[in-house]
Amino acid sequence: MTGDLAILGHYLPQLIGGVVTTIGLWVAAAILSIVIGMAIALARSFGGPVVNLPLALCVQLIRGTPFLVQVFLLYFGGPALGLSLDPIPAGLIALALFGGCYLSEVFRAGIRAVPPGHVEAAACVGMTRLQTFRRIVLPEMFVMVLPPSVNIIIGLLKDTAILSVISVPELTGAVQQIGSETFAFVLSLGLLSLSYWALVELCAHAGRAAERRLSTFRFVS
Amino acid sequence: MDGKLFLLMVKAAGVTAVCSVLAIAIGIAIGIVVCGATLARPKPLQIAARLYVSFFRGVPLLVQLLLFYNLLPAVGLNISSFFAAELALSLCTSAYQAETLRGGFLSVSTGLKEAADMVGMTLWQRFRRVEAPIALRLTIPAIVNEAISILHASALVSVIGVVELTKTAGEIAASNYDPLPVYACAGLLYLIMTYVIQLLGLAAERRFPVRSA
Repeated sequence: MTGDLAILGHYLPQLIGGVVTTIGLWVAAAILSIVIGMAIALARSFGGPVVNLPLALCVQLIRGTPFLVQVFLLYFGGPALGLSLDPIPAGLIALALFGGCYLSEVFRAGIRAVPPGHVEAAACVGMTRLQTFRRIVLPEMFVMVLPPSVNIIIGLLKDTAILSVISVPELTGAVQQIGSETFAFVLSLGLLSLSYWALVELCAHAGRAAERRLSTFRFVS
Repeated sequence: MDGKLFLLMVKAAGVTAVCSVLAIAIGIAIGIVVCGATLARPKPLQIAARLYVSFFRGVPLLVQLLLFYNLLPAVGLNISSFFAAELALSLCTSAYQAETLRGGFLSVSTGLKEAADMVGMTLWQRFRRVEAPIALRLTIPAIVNEAISILHASALVSVIGVVELTKTAGEIAASNYDPLPVYACAGLLYLIMTYVIQLLGLAAERRFPVRSA
């Protein structure tokens, strides 16, 4: 056991590289999915049926198929459409679209859950639609969508592991590589599980702390 | 892609369906036990159940699959990759289902439980006739969502070599060098199965409505 641990020590640079790739991919995908999710939610909420229907179809397609299949479709099927991507950009795009579609549904529900009375009140005091959105709808919606959004973003962290399948050198891929060179599969995968576990619990904890602080602003409807 | 390959994929979709249905059924059974443990009086039991839920929800399923696939032979259990996959899928979904069930049981109103006690039901009768029916009805939508997640998650078992829909698609794509239509077709089959689960869920919600108490 200690011998195995010493062997794993030799691979420290790869492991650190894996952690950096995983976290980098995750943060980038999270930011992109929030942007994509918000864009889809706004377009679907305020764009009329011409915008809503095709977007609804896209969201359904992504929510109705496994992430792994989407990754394969983009990475292996892309070149047939002239879209040849390296593993990391392909993984990032797939992850951001996937997360964006799930987040868009949450954001859309959040926009709809803002009481119409608040929007009307804002109109009555003479706010423009943009001002109403920025000062009333957005802050109220933010408090409501925080818990489910945190869940989805934590889910994205776990989904980065799937990208090892298209040879993105993230943490799971790095550990599998080490496992196949040293045959210390069980130990390395066990440690890998523990690291994901710790990371996810940490994020969940941060999310709960943010929720507690923001619950001050939760209105009673 | 010709008809023969398509038929191959439909058969593989059958394996995916069996994989998912088994995992969901076993997962509900384990989930009920784990949920019972989280709501039980003894502290150690609660802590163990919470650790279980937190672990299986905190570790990526792919990592769990790889872990079970490598761990079980290492401790002397030589099992097929299908069994390892089924084990990982069931344990993972049981943790999620335990959480939704816990929410369901916690939202059974105290008044109903007191009423059951008043008419002299034993704890088991109260559970069997009052708490379980209400909690299960309340959790149908969440369980349907979990079933869809498991259907999608079952694509990952292809990584440890179970020949289901995604694996079959990969093999076909590798042999005919035309991955786009093959994976699109796999996606379509997953979509159809997702839709079927949604319809079954709606039917279940209609058949077992939540009567307001």
